[in-house]
Amino acid sequence: MEPLAPIAKIADWGSVPTIAAAALLGVAFGFVLERAGFGNARTLAGQWYGYNFAVLRVMFTAIVVAMLGLFGLGALGVVDVSRVQLNETFLVPQIVGGLVFGFGFVIGQYCPGTAVVAGATGRIDALVFLGGFFVGIIAFFFAYPALAGFYNSTGMGKVTLMDGLGLPLPVVVVAVVLMALGGFAVTHVLDKRFGNQA
Amino acid sequence: MAETLPLPPAPLQSSEPTPAEVAALPDENARAQPYWNSYVAGVALGLVLLAAFVATGRGLGASGAVTRLAAHTTQKVEAMAKGGTAAERDTFARHNAYTAQYINDESDSLDDFLLYMFVGVMVGGFISGVLAHRAQLSTSMGPHTNVRRRLLLASLGGFVSAFGARLARGCTSGQALTGGATLALGSWAFMLAVFAGGYALAYFFRKEWL
Repeated sequence: MEPLAPIAKIADWGSVPTIAAAALLGVAFGFVLERAGFGNARTLAGQWYGYNFAVLRVMFTAIVVAMLGLFGLGALGVVDVSRVQLNETFLVPQIVGGLVFGFGFVIGQYCPGTAVVAGATGRIDALVFLGGFFVGIIAFFFAYPALAGFYNSTGMGKVTLMDGLGLPLPVVVVAVVLMALGGFAVTHVLDKRFGNQA
Repeated sequence: MAETLPLPPAPLQSSEPTPAEVAALPDENARAQPYWNSYVAGVALGLVLLAAFVATGRGLGASGAVTRLAAHTTQKVEAMAKGGTAAERDTFARHNAYTAQYINDESDSLDDFLLYMFVGVMVGGFISGVLAHRAQLSTSMGPHTNVRRRLLLASLGGFVSAFGARLARGCTSGQALTGGATLALGSWAFMLAVFAGGYALAYFFRKEWL
């Protein structure tokens, strides 16, 4: 069977359908983030202080669902997985960037997407976070000449966990599912210990 | 006639709410509906991400749009300060190796997938908030801090996250969610580092939330 998807690439969508898809996907994304409680910094802060584990549960459930869907449809021949965007790896800058991003997350208790949703529902702290983010991006532009060497270091191309760990796809998929389930179990144990509302 | 002593005011609450109780309140608005169960929200978010893969071959993103907006703003502000569109050819944003990927002759700096998505995210968040009676001007913060501290830390957190997101080539949406589901090696390294960085620093900001 010839793959049917990614539809935009196989049907060679022009700019208008692509724009419409991007906007509609954005609406759905924003709607779900708000429903999850991510338009409220108190929900997000709960992850770090142990009173609400929505962040971990929502994120890992989403990753597992999308991963199983993508690779499942790939195995069925419906989706050509090789034509789905795969982020390039620059290992060390991504680890350092992740640490710095984690610092920013705990200081501000938003990330960009959640801040947009929170700001759209009237959270002043989220709009201020986005202001800081905007200024930080411009500061990064000015710092870029000094950071360029590091930014482009340890480039490994479009590599996956399978490449990195030397394991086949099914093993990695099962490992991710088990890791997520283990993580969920830990959060429920902690909920009980801390007396959180379920 | 016996004097009637005024009763002491009854305490509003016998004990302070725990952080869990505070966090469980969906909003300051009494009519606000509760949030979705996290696993229901997670499945819904996963299906949105899967729809993005199937329909467009791309994932979700947020920080990329802000980056484009920032590059565009830098370009326009400098050109304006130097006297109009003629000055647009010789600007910082044209010469800077990072912003030149957005500000060039080949492409329109604002015509981008992630920017249309960004507008959609605002609309979707607003619709959800309105329907659930959660859209109103407010500041979300812990029970023992004040608005000034909260806003100061929010702006600082935004500034710091921007550096992290740019160094890592994406944020929670483009790296952790999208790259996580496509099993990209660097995205998983990013995601684990975010949790590590967050927990490493959380202790020092606990009074803002507990």
